[in-house]
Amino acid sequence: MSPARALLVRDVKLAWREGGSIGVALGFYLVVVVITPLGLGPDLALLARIAPGILWIGLLLAALLSAGRIFDNDYEDGTLDVLATGPLPLSIVAGAKCFAHWLTTGIPLVLLAPILGLLLNLRPSSIISLVLAMLAGTPAVSFLAGIGASLTLGLRRSGLLIALLVVPLYVPVLIFGVSATTPYVTGPSSLWQPLFILCALSLASIVLAPIAAAAALRTALR
Amino acid sequence: MQKPFKIGLEAHDLACQRGGRTLFQGLHFALAPGEALLVSGPNGAGKTSLLRQIAGLLPLASGQLAVPGAAPDTPLPELCHYVGHSDAAKSALSVRENLAFWADFFGRDGRSLNEALDAFGLTPLANLPAGLLSAGQKRKLALSRLFAASRPIWLLDEPSVSLDAASVARLDDALRGHLKAGGIAVVSSHLPLKTMFARKLALGLERAA
Repeated sequence: MSPARALLVRDVKLAWREGGSIGVALGFYLVVVVITPLGLGPDLALLARIAPGILWIGLLLAALLSAGRIFDNDYEDGTLDVLATGPLPLSIVAGAKCFAHWLTTGIPLVLLAPILGLLLNLRPSSIISLVLAMLAGTPAVSFLAGIGASLTLGLRRSGLLIALLVVPLYVPVLIFGVSATTPYVTGPSSLWQPLFILCALSLASIVLAPIAAAAALRTALR
Repeated sequence: MQKPFKIGLEAHDLACQRGGRTLFQGLHFALAPGEALLVSGPNGAGKTSLLRQIAGLLPLASGQLAVPGAAPDTPLPELCHYVGHSDAAKSALSVRENLAFWADFFGRDGRSLNEALDAFGLTPLANLPAGLLSAGQKRKLALSRLFAASRPIWLLDEPSVSLDAASVARLDDALRGHLKAGGIAVVSSHLPLKTMFARKLALGLERAA
């Protein structure tokens, strides 16, 4: 097994075994979406209009909630020291760990989103575009979260700081994510445009975020 | 049987700074294949920092490290096994899974996992989650990493902490076997080890003097 694959498999296995982190992210997503209609009242037309936005915001917050986990445990128990002496550049290590976060948090959240959409009166015709946009956009969510997680290593209660650092980077993902799911606003042909931009955002994050995260990890190891 | 190692380790005029304070400077040593260096000194003298510098985790304030005999494109950290204060054991994985991960990560080199498990007598605990291990057993798991993949330079930071007498003897055996195969070890330790150290380095003396 190649080193990167071994790391990926281990991280997925750990997330699965420790269980809590996936469950907490899904539970948080559920709670955020459930309380929204309670706060807004039973206006079905309004809910249908804002459903994509709420689903995206909830997904971003739920992903941020579990972002600290990407590097924290490995930093605390000394694993990161040993990973740094391994055959992989630190940026690949960071990339593999962000990818594992996408597999164990991003994808479960995307799968939960259409079900939660029912609570928000999401149009059935929007479900496919919502899932497509989220699949295209969530890699950027996980990899950008990796930057925040690596910058806040070793700090106590780093969760809020990660949110402050990363949420501004999520703005383009949020804008294009929502506009992919509400095509009737700008015309019928506009699903693909935002979708391609989301893909571009994800690809750029996959390439650039591990480099930034590796630089932050180097500093944290000193 | 693996090939004997043929690399050395040299430090020229090494210095280390932590938080603006110079821990040590003007450090020289040269290790030939099969030689070990014992680093001693009071707490805070920079023993761990020296090991982390060799492992590439800390930047060198000045000076350089050379590895005569190594392929020129191999970075020094990739030749090193670093066993620090933390044991890098994942409590949700079993002892065997922990070791298997490190073997895969470092690249398997034909040695079987059972051999690595056996080196410190962890075979009976192989299927136990690492979270249930005692401090000494976790330490043995960290040391077993040395056998999960073969690397010429061992950097051991207080390896005998929380080990019982029998395990310290195993550690001694392991070190001797490694040196006999031409490996290099840099060990910081307060406890006496029976291994013959070719070189000794006492840190923190210049400040005491």
